Amino acid sequence: MNINIILAGVGGQGILSIATIIGNTAVKQGLYLKQAEVHGMSQRGGDVQSHLRLSDKEIAADLIPMGKTDIIISVEPMEALRYLPMLKPKGWVITNTNPFINIPNYPEKEVLLERINKLSHKIALDADEISKNLGSARSSNMVILGAASPFLQLKIEDIEQTIKETFISKGQEVVDVNIACLHAGRDFADKNK
Amino acid sequence: MQKLLLLGDEAIAQAALDAGISGIYAYPGTPSTEIMEYIQVSKKAADNNVHRQWSVNEKTALEAAIGMSYAGKRAIVCMKHVGLNVAADAFMNVAITGTNGGLVILSADDPSMHSSQNEQDSRYYGQFAFIPVFEPSNQQEAYDMTVAAFDFSEKHNVAVLLRITTRLAHSRAGVKCHYKREQNKLKFPDNPRRFILLPAIARKQYIALLEKQEAIRKDIESSTFCTYIDGEDKSMGIITSGIAFNYLQENYQDKKCPYPIVKITQYPLPLKYINKLADECDSLMLIEEGYPLIEQQIKGLLNRGLKVKGRLDGSIPRVGELNANIIARALGLPDTQGEAVPDIVVPRPPALCTGCPHTDTYKALNEAIEPYGKGRVFADIGCYTLGALPPHNAIFTCVDMGASITMAKGATDAGLNQAVAVIGDSTFCHSGITSLFDCVMENTPLTVFILDNSTTAMTGGQKSHASGKIENICLGLGVDKEHIHVIKPLPKEHDKNVEIIAKELKHQGVSVIIPERECIQTLKRKTRTQK
Repeated sequence: MNINIILAGVGGQGILSIATIIGNTAVKQGLYLKQAEVHGMSQRGGDVQSHLRLSDKEIAADLIPMGKTDIIISVEPMEALRYLPMLKPKGWVITNTNPFINIPNYPEKEVLLERINKLSHKIALDADEISKNLGSARSSNMVILGAASPFLQLKIEDIEQTIKETFISKGQEVVDVNIACLHAGRDFADKNK
Repeated sequence: MQKLLLLGDEAIAQAALDAGISGIYAYPGTPSTEIMEYIQVSKKAADNNVHRQWSVNEKTALEAAIGMSYAGKRAIVCMKHVGLNVAADAFMNVAITGTNGGLVILSADDPSMHSSQNEQDSRYYGQFAFIPVFEPSNQQEAYDMTVAAFDFSEKHNVAVLLRITTRLAHSRAGVKCHYKREQNKLKFPDNPRRFILLPAIARKQYIALLEKQEAIRKDIESSTFCTYIDGEDKSMGIITSGIAFNYLQENYQDKKCPYPIVKITQYPLPLKYINKLADECDSLMLIEEGYPLIEQQIKGLLNRGLKVKGRLDGSIPRVGELNANIIARALGLPDTQGEAVPDIVVPRPPALCTGCPHTDTYKALNEAIEPYGKGRVFADIGCYTLGALPPHNAIFTCVDMGASITMAKGATDAGLNQAVAVIGDSTFCHSGITSLFDCVMENTPLTVFILDNSTTAMTGGQKSHASGKIENICLGLGVDKEHIHVIKPLPKEHDKNVEIIAKELKHQGVSVIIPERECIQTLKRKTRTQK
């Protein structure tokens, strides 16, 4: 087993919460992990990415080589496209369709979604709307994680368990809504992959 | 043994605690900040009363750590690469005094300048000062080599420079934390005079330092951290430094690298291995994360006309961080690349946060200085450096910590009128106070903005020592009370602020304006915790 993931988004969108849950689930199963994060200046509203590598063998580099990424998980549509040079042929792109606009020359949303639609292996969903409908606008990242879950080679029950452990200090209600978001994302992916 | 999932920075922090440090000293700087932060929240550090407060700057941090070493205890001091420039005086001289308790100096380099103004390679400082350098290649080695560095320091009575780069500092992996040691007891140095660098003593100490180098090299040659890995194809031998080894290995996932490899993680260089490689191979390739330090040294050392490939002959780009693809191209292996980035994707540079107090300060400053024309605002290192970008376009320099005030002074001395300096509270405390004193002594006509947002914001909100004390510091330096203004950078105060700034720009002496409003990020965090 060997899986390379790029998490993409904008500084402040919390892509590391997705990385933490995937990472902790993988480590509990005895997998090796390397996860390169971006700290510092880019965190101020700039584009950020994290390289997450899981394997049953020891991993050499902290960075994924170009063209060797299995999955791009993006919480923002334009950021999903920024890392295409990193993606393998037939690699999956899982992305939120709700744009984060903090620059004056942000492209038209329709043009962006059209380009994403042209990708051969993609799941594109409005995670913000789904999480809002489930009663927690702040949990959209769990919807994205759910949509990525069929491609992670991790069991959904194990991911659920990690979510429980991560959020239990904030109460059962928070755990439940995050798990509901996870499943909503998963259902969408199962229907659309 | 259970592994902990740790950033390279955190592995070093845990190792320093396990090695029995009595103190950590540091000034925040990406990518080194998380070492202190880890120790500040560590229960073990609290239980053992380990000193863990931020210092005013890297020089005071290193000096305090040298003091702790003098007293016989173990200390680690952490900074980013440019911080070592600030601490360089202490660094060069602690090489001469030697150490008593183990002293590890960590410098985190930033190749490709992800969050820095240059990509200087700290290994040169080690070479310059005759201080051994340890350069771990992964998170486990970061732990193991930090532990080893303290023993090494105490064995040879030298400080050890621990050099890491951004990628190791900010990447997480499983680490076995297997070591435990108590703190040292208070103990004076055996030779009570070696910390007195009077010329007569310093000359002897310097010779002793040079004489130690052979013993240090022998130890490195027999350590397990530098290794020789044999390969069948002797047409080329490869030498890697630090994490460069991983990018080489990444290219040989399913097969063994055919070339013999010397993996270097410690300096002075283990010549034993390098000579062996040079004897056996027809050519050499150097893969270094950073400047071509080994490459340059080796050309002189070998002096036998062997072909050496690396950053100097263009086999590997002269600048920037390495990755597996760069090494693949250098070795003539197949390069991999996905689809091109679509044209509709535009750059998304970092920006000041919505609601940031600096935005309101820059709006007011831009308006007040407009009649005099552009190019007179000298800025400094921090979030407010982002004022250089649109829509603010408010500042024109960013060189080094504290340079805003002294550069504005020099420009004023040269005849530029209405020069303005912009500096944050933490940077002012770090290196701006002495700069301002220079201006006060000559009553230089300039206006200094000291942006007090109550924190060291760019690195994530660490304590800023000067916050709330800035007015009194300026008064103490001798700035005229009439020309110190504390303002509130808020949209509703805009007109009033413009008026104050306009008036002070005309003043023929030192003016200080202190826009005081908390960083929006730390404020948000506080409000969240209170809920």
